[in-house]
Amino acid sequence: MKGRDLVPQLRIRGGFRHGDAILFEGLDLVLEAGQWTCLLGPSGVGKSTLLRLVAGLDTGGEFDGSIESTNSRPLREQVAYMAQSDLLLPWLNVRANVMLGSTLRGEVRKLERADQLIEEVGLGMHAEKRPHELSGGMRQRAALARTLMEDKPLLLLDEPFSALDARTRSEMQELAFEVLMDRTVMLVTHDPSEAARIAHRVYLLTETGLHQPDVTGRPPIRAFDDPEALNIQSRLFSALRL
Amino acid sequence: MMKKLRDFLFVAAVALSVWELLVRMTGVPPYILPGPLQVASAAIEYAEMIGEHTLVTLSEVLVGLFLGTVLGAGTSLFLVVSGYARRLLLPLMVFSQTVPIFALAPLLTLWLGYGMGSKIAMTLLIIYFPVASTFYDGLRNTPRGYLDLALTMNASESRTLFRIQVPAALPSLASGLRLAAVYAPIGAVIGEWVGASRGLGYLMLLANGRVKIDLMFAALFALAALTIVLHTLINQAGRRLTRWSVGD
Repeated sequence: MKGRDLVPQLRIRGGFRHGDAILFEGLDLVLEAGQWTCLLGPSGVGKSTLLRLVAGLDTGGEFDGSIESTNSRPLREQVAYMAQSDLLLPWLNVRANVMLGSTLRGEVRKLERADQLIEEVGLGMHAEKRPHELSGGMRQRAALARTLMEDKPLLLLDEPFSALDARTRSEMQELAFEVLMDRTVMLVTHDPSEAARIAHRVYLLTETGLHQPDVTGRPPIRAFDDPEALNIQSRLFSALRL
Repeated sequence: MMKKLRDFLFVAAVALSVWELLVRMTGVPPYILPGPLQVASAAIEYAEMIGEHTLVTLSEVLVGLFLGTVLGAGTSLFLVVSGYARRLLLPLMVFSQTVPIFALAPLLTLWLGYGMGSKIAMTLLIIYFPVASTFYDGLRNTPRGYLDLALTMNASESRTLFRIQVPAALPSLASGLRLAAVYAPIGAVIGEWVGASRGLGYLMLLANGRVKIDLMFAALFALAALTIVLHTLINQAGRRLTRWSVGD
């Protein structure tokens, strides 16, 4: 990453509406610099919309508020995005997919760096393969390497592990946490156990607005059978059911 | 592939046998319906002549296919990048399909003469819309996630178009080209029927006029063979080019 001191804290304040329907209002959410912030909530409350707002993507609605960053760089230059679907281009092999960003910007492609990241996510033997030759977990690993290749201080992850089986999901959480260390991460998820394992801070977005349940304890990443993680998980479940 | 070929040969053999039997049993005169054996004998007798005319039609079809594909694909790209072009050209393109292209053949012959030009133009016109419309559909339906990703990667519009939208639309273009492979020979032959001195369409008319129905059938089979080979080649090329879409 170009200068760790550039890792920003982000504050999102305001409301959002689709036509006459208000999705959320009076929101005040802080993404602490260098930490994982999970946005947890049921489907349809606007978690992904909020993430798309930060990513500068089309939301189909109207945001009335502000997104402030503690550094002066334009937000668009700081953001890397990872979605639930791996979004690997099926006509490119893993290596070319990992280098997609530089290809799309017309920059010199850093082959060595790409191969190093592919190795880091455990796909060293599969760099020449096309996405349809990989398993779901491997594809998400490739997507993670592509996200890392962007080398951005702010990571926006929209339920990237939700389509994976339980074991692969747990492995991917650990891998992502390790390789995204010290970056500001916003993770949208509907899974309390994922938030309990991986989050420094959790925001709960429900139909009644934004809440911040207490998840204080040992810093993440927490083992899946850690009593503290299980305790946080049950508190998040309770908060979700309120 | 081998199984398909075997099945095809079996069905063809049965159909030809039934045809031969019917001709013999009904005693229908050969100037109305010759049997397949007589057609085969005509095909051998006039092989050189049929070959020459097939080459002419094939040339018209290939040039027409190339130009129609370039023009159709170019139009689709233009429509995708320009909202103004979409508003202006799309209704016109749809309207143009209400005009039967066959009816244009005499006009094209009048404007472009009896040579290859009018046949190439006819072929081009007949495949232009299937190519343009399928490729345009493919370009418009790029998965939204790919475009989102490109946006967060600060991609330029032209690179997003040529690195993401165009490759993602190749399976649609391949469908359009498969249709074009079947339509293109029809275009060329219609052009030849209206006015020509060479080509399979001309040969069919000539044979018909001289009551050489066996030669007419032989020319018809040459046209069918040309279409099948063209379709197979384009189908194979399309599959090769979009192999990634299988299983995705």
